[in-house]
Amino acid sequence: MQPKIIVSTPLFEIIINRLCQQLIENHNRFEESVIIGLQPKGIHLANRLTKRLQQILNVSIIPSGKLDLTFYRDDFRRRDEILIPNATEINVVLENKRVILVDDVLYTGRSVRAGMDALLAFGRPKDVELLVLIDRRFSRHLPIQANYIGKMVDTIVSEKVKVEWKEKEGEDRIILYSKSDK
Amino acid sequence: MAENLSVKHLLGIKHLTLDDIQLIFKTADHFKEVINRPIKKIPSLRDITIVNLFFENSTRTRISFELAERRLSADIINFSASQSSVSKGETLIDTVKNILAMKVDMVVMRHPNPGAAVFLSKHINASIVNAGDGAHEHPTQALLDAYTIREKYGDVKGKKIAIIGDVLHSRVALSNIFCLNKLGAEVTVCGPATLIPQYIQELGVKVNHNLKETLNWCDVAMLLRIQLERQGVNFIPSLREYAMTFGVNLDTLNKIERPITIMHPGPINRGVELSSDAADSKHSLILTQVENGVAIRMAIIYLLAGNITISNFS
Repeated sequence: MQPKIIVSTPLFEIIINRLCQQLIENHNRFEESVIIGLQPKGIHLANRLTKRLQQILNVSIIPSGKLDLTFYRDDFRRRDEILIPNATEINVVLENKRVILVDDVLYTGRSVRAGMDALLAFGRPKDVELLVLIDRRFSRHLPIQANYIGKMVDTIVSEKVKVEWKEKEGEDRIILYSKSDK
Repeated sequence: MAENLSVKHLLGIKHLTLDDIQLIFKTADHFKEVINRPIKKIPSLRDITIVNLFFENSTRTRISFELAERRLSADIINFSASQSSVSKGETLIDTVKNILAMKVDMVVMRHPNPGAAVFLSKHINASIVNAGDGAHEHPTQALLDAYTIREKYGDVKGKKIAIIGDVLHSRVALSNIFCLNKLGAEVTVCGPATLIPQYIQELGVKVNHNLKETLNWCDVAMLLRIQLERQGVNFIPSLREYAMTFGVNLDTLNKIERPITIMHPGPINRGVELSSDAADSKHSLILTQVENGVAIRMAIIYLLAGNITISNFS
């Protein structure tokens, strides 16, 4: 199967703007809320969202952080290679805050489960929501759903969804390809 | 960088590659962040059981290993030779095999005989971490020392490191020489001729018997404890004379024109190799070494445990 571009600019930008507006609807000016990007791939989305929110709300800081979930994964010792972590940077107090976990693709739900466990090591948030750019529905292994969704995609196991970023790959787009293409 | 260690056990620095050491450091960076969180425990090793076998006394190393294991959520058993069947004459292999029969996955061992960890690794299946074997190696100490230098200076490569004191009896010295050489540091050993092994230059280090010269040369001075318990004959005329010729105090340090860092693996004989005012001065990284020890040991145990296969689920 040829790789298929499912989202590119300007739709990509429209989706980001819509997600920001939905966040503002629920979190006002983010006085009590924190955006936490899940390492490694949720970070680009979290950065893009905070930057856009700063412009829309005209504020200098949207509280945010990076969370690595490696040590909380359920597949340690179940893979051939060892799980190497990424950096965690949370310099805001999460106790009693409203946390929005951000990831690029929601697939089996296992990463988000690990992310929620990892998050609780930093205190007890008031509530936790989930924002994803792509929801690969019908492929969940755990009962986890997102509160904010960029786009829903129907996929089969042999397919893979990749989000590319202007900052990293040079262009904003979302590509669907089968694992054998790689 | 490698994604996995090249070894199944941590028996000595001698057996590690440069990639292994870099991987351990990179992983330890993350654990250092973990141990500074409000909740310092992570669940990675909750299905792993580790036995701490200590055939020799230890405070720091043992507590450090125990904390590292607990923070990774491993189950642990502590064993000290003095309260066990070893005093009834049980052999090392028998002791360990009996413990492993109770489904233990990893062994952390300190033993007075050099080579004990290597010997054990040839007879059992579990992963072994050498926590010191006689005057041979103490790999976790060397790794945490190099990690502390890397943290302070950004890199170990090209740094001038002096190892001062009882090099002859010191496993810390030997492991550090291997480790610092692999990382590209320049190493000089310093001490009375009786406490510097002959032919130590063969390991790629320089020897200098003059403390003042050595201190003026180095970026980091690692002081070693005079190991009174390991000395059958007298290698030095008296502790007082040693303290006068090779002891470091704040006055000596203040006279050095370039910045210098002091490290010590502990326990310190205060007033012998290092005076109290120097040990507690701004030059000293001794307590940072202790803090980093937990992160380094967590990294080693985490990386070794990643290779333990799951037998009970299949």
